[in-house]
Amino acid sequence: MATAAHDVTREEASSHPAPESIVVRFAGDSGDGMQLTGGQFTLSTALAGNDLATFPDFPAEIRAPQGTLFGVSAFQINFGSTAIETAGDQPDVLVAMNPAALKTNVEALRPGGLIIADEGEFGQRNLDKAKYDANPLDDGSLAKWQLIRLNISQLTLDAVKPFGLGNKEALRCKNMWTLGLALWMFDRDRQPLIDWLANKFAKNATLAEANIAALNAGHAYGETAELGGIAKQHALPAAPAEPGLYRTVTGAEAISLGLVAGSQLADLPMFFGGYPITPASAILHHLSRLKEFGVTTFQAEDEIAAIASAIGASYAGQLGVTSSSGPGIALKTEAIGLAIMTELPLVIVNSQRGGPSTGLPTKTEQSDLYQAVYGRNGDAPMPVIAARSAADCFEVAIEACRIATQYMTPVMLLTDGYIANAAEPWKVPDPDTLTPFPVAFMETVPEGGFEPYGRDARLARPWVKPGTPGLLHRIGGIEKKQGTGNIDYSPANHQEMTDTRKAKVDHIRVPDQQVAIGETSGTLVVVGWGSTFGPIHQAVRRARRKGLDVAHVHLRHIWPMPGNLAALLRGFRHILVPEMNTGQLKTVLRDQFLVDARPLNKVSGQPFRIAEIEAAIATFFDGVTGNEGGEVPADAAQLPTPQSGHDDGSLRPEAHSPQSV
Amino acid sequence: MNDMTPALAATKPKDWETDQEVRWCPGCGDYAILKAVQRTMPELGVRPENTVFVSGIGCSSRFPYYMETYGFHTIHGRAPAVATGVKLANPDLDVWIITGDGDALSIGGNHTMHLLRRNLDCQLLLFNNEIYGLTKGQYSPTSRVGTQSPSTPFGSVDRPANPCAFALGAGARFIARGIDVHKSLPTVLKAAHAHKGTSFVEIFQNCIVYNDDVFAPFTEKANATANQLWVEHGQPLRFDGGTKGIALDPSTLTLRVVAGDDPSVLVHDKTNRTIAHLLVEMPFGAFPMALGVIYDHPAPTFDAAVVTQNREASTGKTADLRRLLAKGQTWMVDKEPRVE
Repeated sequence: MATAAHDVTREEASSHPAPESIVVRFAGDSGDGMQLTGGQFTLSTALAGNDLATFPDFPAEIRAPQGTLFGVSAFQINFGSTAIETAGDQPDVLVAMNPAALKTNVEALRPGGLIIADEGEFGQRNLDKAKYDANPLDDGSLAKWQLIRLNISQLTLDAVKPFGLGNKEALRCKNMWTLGLALWMFDRDRQPLIDWLANKFAKNATLAEANIAALNAGHAYGETAELGGIAKQHALPAAPAEPGLYRTVTGAEAISLGLVAGSQLADLPMFFGGYPITPASAILHHLSRLKEFGVTTFQAEDEIAAIASAIGASYAGQLGVTSSSGPGIALKTEAIGLAIMTELPLVIVNSQRGGPSTGLPTKTEQSDLYQAVYGRNGDAPMPVIAARSAADCFEVAIEACRIATQYMTPVMLLTDGYIANAAEPWKVPDPDTLTPFPVAFMETVPEGGFEPYGRDARLARPWVKPGTPGLLHRIGGIEKKQGTGNIDYSPANHQEMTDTRKAKVDHIRVPDQQVAIGETSGTLVVVGWGSTFGPIHQAVRRARRKGLDVAHVHLRHIWPMPGNLAALLRGFRHILVPEMNTGQLKTVLRDQFLVDARPLNKVSGQPFRIAEIEAAIATFFDGVTGNEGGEVPADAAQLPTPQSGHDDGSLRPEAHSPQSV
Repeated sequence: MNDMTPALAATKPKDWETDQEVRWCPGCGDYAILKAVQRTMPELGVRPENTVFVSGIGCSSRFPYYMETYGFHTIHGRAPAVATGVKLANPDLDVWIITGDGDALSIGGNHTMHLLRRNLDCQLLLFNNEIYGLTKGQYSPTSRVGTQSPSTPFGSVDRPANPCAFALGAGARFIARGIDVHKSLPTVLKAAHAHKGTSFVEIFQNCIVYNDDVFAPFTEKANATANQLWVEHGQPLRFDGGTKGIALDPSTLTLRVVAGDDPSVLVHDKTNRTIAHLLVEMPFGAFPMALGVIYDHPAPTFDAAVVTQNREASTGKTADLRRLLAKGQTWMVDKEPRVE
C-alpha cells in the first residue's frame, strides 16, 4: 500500500487526512533542521507501508532571525493506511521546538491533539520574540490539547556528550532526538535512518555517531517513559456534533470524572486504591487532585494492597475503587474473589494493554475479556462493562458505580490503552440529567432481626457501616451461611450460596441492546465491544453504502448481557465479531447463545483498520451486486472467512486464500 | 485507639464474646489470647460497635469470628491492606489486626512493612508459633534453622525472621512482646492500644499440635524466672529475680549480662530505638527473652496525615460537579446536527 513520498500542496494534503491517518507537524526554527526531520520521518513512514502525503512549509528567508515568528519552519506529514472520505488538515501531533513554532502552528492542531514542546527553548528571550506575555506551557492556555513538555535541548546535549561536540553542533542533533521520539510513537523502524545518517556523514564519523546517538536516545526516551497511546484512535469523524458545550477529554479523565459523578449520585465518599502501572496511572493522577469531592486516593505498596484497601474502605462505608492494567488485575484476582464472597461494592477499572505478562505496556489490546468474565478461582460471577471511547468512559464509570452499589458486588470496567490516552471532543454533560442512586445503609435492626447475608429483591445483602450499634457482624472470604453469615461448609449451603451469587449477577438489570447502525435483523451483524467501535462503525457504514445488508451492534454490558441480545443476534444469518484478541467475546457469545459467531482477530498492538473489517464483511456477500470493487482493496489472504473454519481467525500472513461460497 | 465518644457505657468481657463455637484445637494458645483480649477490651473504655478486627488467613485469623465487634476475615497476608482502607475510610474506628507468622511475615510481609512505615493508627497482634498450623505443620519464616516439618523432613536450612527486628527495621514506633498464657498480656495490650500509631505486638503462641513447647525454654514455669526479661520504662533491665541485669558494652556497642547490682545495668528507656534493636536481637540462651513494651515512641500517624491533607486540599473549594465537568478549555457548538 505504500506510495512513494511526494510533495503536495496544502489543498491536496487536506483532501486526504482521514480517521485512519495521523497528521504530524514538525515545527521549529529554520535552523532546527525541521525539513530534514520531516523528510526522514516521511521516508521511514513510507518504509512502514503507510500511504502518505506531505507538505513542507518553510520561510522564504534563507536565514530568518532565530526564534522569530516568521523564522518558523514546519513540515507536515499525513500518513495512514487508506484514504477516506473526511477532509481536514488538522494535525494530530505538533512538535514545537520553540515558542514561535508553537504560536504559529498550535491553532491548527485538532482539539485533543498532542503537543510535544521543547521546554528548554521556552525561556523569556524566546517567549518575547514569539510575543507571548506568559509561558503558554504553564498558563493553561493549551488545555484544549495534550501536552508533553520535555527539555529536548538538554536531553540531546546529554545524549551526544560522549562525542565531544561543541554546544552549537551538539544542539543541531535536536531534530534527530525528536525524530527518534516520533519514530517510537508511531512504531517506525530506525534502521533506514541510521543507514542514511551513516551515509550522509560518511566523511565525519563523529557527527554521524552523534546524530545516531541522539536518534536512539529520543527513541529510548519514548520507550522508557512509556509514552504510548498517541497513535490516533479510530474515532468517528468529528462532523455532526450536537449543539452544546464541548471540551476535550481523555478516557482516563472521563473515567475519573465518571467515578466522581457516580460516587456523588450514590451519595458516598470515594476511596481509590491504586498502584502505578501503564496505562492506568492517569486515573490515580486525576483523582488525587479532587479531594474536595470526598475522594481519598491511596497509592498502595502493590496491586494487591490497592484493591484490598479499597475493599476495606467499602466495608467501612465508602465507594471503594481500584484501577490497573492486565498484569495488575491478575494480582488483584484473589481479592476480587473476596469482594464477591463478602458481597461488597467495588469498582475495578482495567485499562487493557497487550499481554500476556508484561506484554506490550504501551500498546492496545482487548485480551482481558476472559480474565474479566471468567478469570477467578471458584464460581465467581462479576458484572463486566466496557467503554467504547474516551467520552463513553464517563457514562460507563457511572454505570459501574450504580451496579456496584445497588447489587453489592464488584464490577469490572474494561477500557484500553487507546481509550485511556486518546483525547476526543466531549459534550459536557449536565449533572441535572444524571439519575441519582443514593445508597441506603442499614442503620437499625429490621423487623424480623438483622441478617448480614439477608437479601433484598435484587438479592443484594444489606450494607452496614462499622460504627453502627446493634448491627455488629463479621464477614470474610470463607463460605457463609445464607442469612446469618456464619461460617458454614455444609453441602446444601454452598450449593445455595453459589446459586445465589450467580442469580444475583445474572439478574442485574441492564438496558436492552440497541443497534448502532442498521436494522434489527438481516444478513450480517458485526458485534463489537470496547475501542473497536470506530473502525467497525466506519466499515459497516461503508458496506451499507455499497448496499450490503449489515448492521453494527456494540456491547457495553459484557456480563450480564442485555436480555434482548440473544433474540437480536438470532435475527441475523451471520455474526462477525472483530476483536483485538484471539476471539474472546466470540467464545462468550457462542457459549451464551449457541450462535455461530465468527471471529475476526488482530493482536498486533495496533487498532483495526477500517479496510480490514470492511474486507471481512465483504466475504459474507461474495457475489452480491454492488460488492465488487469496493473503496478498499482487501488483501484477502490476510483475512479469515466464514468458511475457513479456524477458530481464532487471526490475521496470519501464511493463511491460505479463502474459499469462496 | 480513638478519641471519640467521651462518655461510654461500661462493658464486661462477656459483651465481647460472640455466640460462635470457638474452633481451635484443644489446648491451643489462641484460647488464652482470645480471653486476654476479651478481658482487656472493657478496660479500654471503647465500644464494640466502634471496634473492627481484621485478620488474614491462618489459625489466628479466625479470631474476629469470636469477637462481638465488627470483623473482617480477609485473605492470606492482606489484613494490613484491608485495615488501611477501613481506617482511612473511617478514622474514628478502632482497628485491630490479627495475624500470624506466616500471614504477616511471609505472604503478607510487604503489607506489614508498609503498614509500619506509614504508621497507621491500629494494633497489630502477631501470633507467633513458628509454624504453619492450618496447613498442617510446615515450617514458617520464624522457624529456627533445623526445624523438621512435612516440607523440611531433613530440617529447615534458612535463617528465621525476627518479627520485632523486622518491625523496627520497617520503622515501627511501638514494639512489644507477650506470651499467650502469661498474666501480663492484658497490660501489653493496653499499652498497645494507648499508643497512637501502629502498635506491633508479637505474642508467643504455643501450637500444641505441630510445634508444642517450642517456646518452653522461657515460657515453662521452671525456666521463666531465669529467662524472661520483662522490661519496664524507667526501671533497670534486671531478670532472674533481680540477680542479673543487662548492660551496654560501649566499646563494642553490644549488650552483655552483668550482675543485678552492677551499676552499669541499663535503665529501660522505651523511646530509645537503638537499645530496642539490641534488646529484640539478643540471642536467646546467652541472654534472656526481652518481653513487655520494648519500644514506644509515637510519631504522626498516616490516617491523621491523610485526613489533614484531604481537609487542607479541600479548603476553599466546593464539590461543584458542573464546574468540574466543564473544566479546561471549552467551546460551544450551536449548529443543528447534520442529518445523514
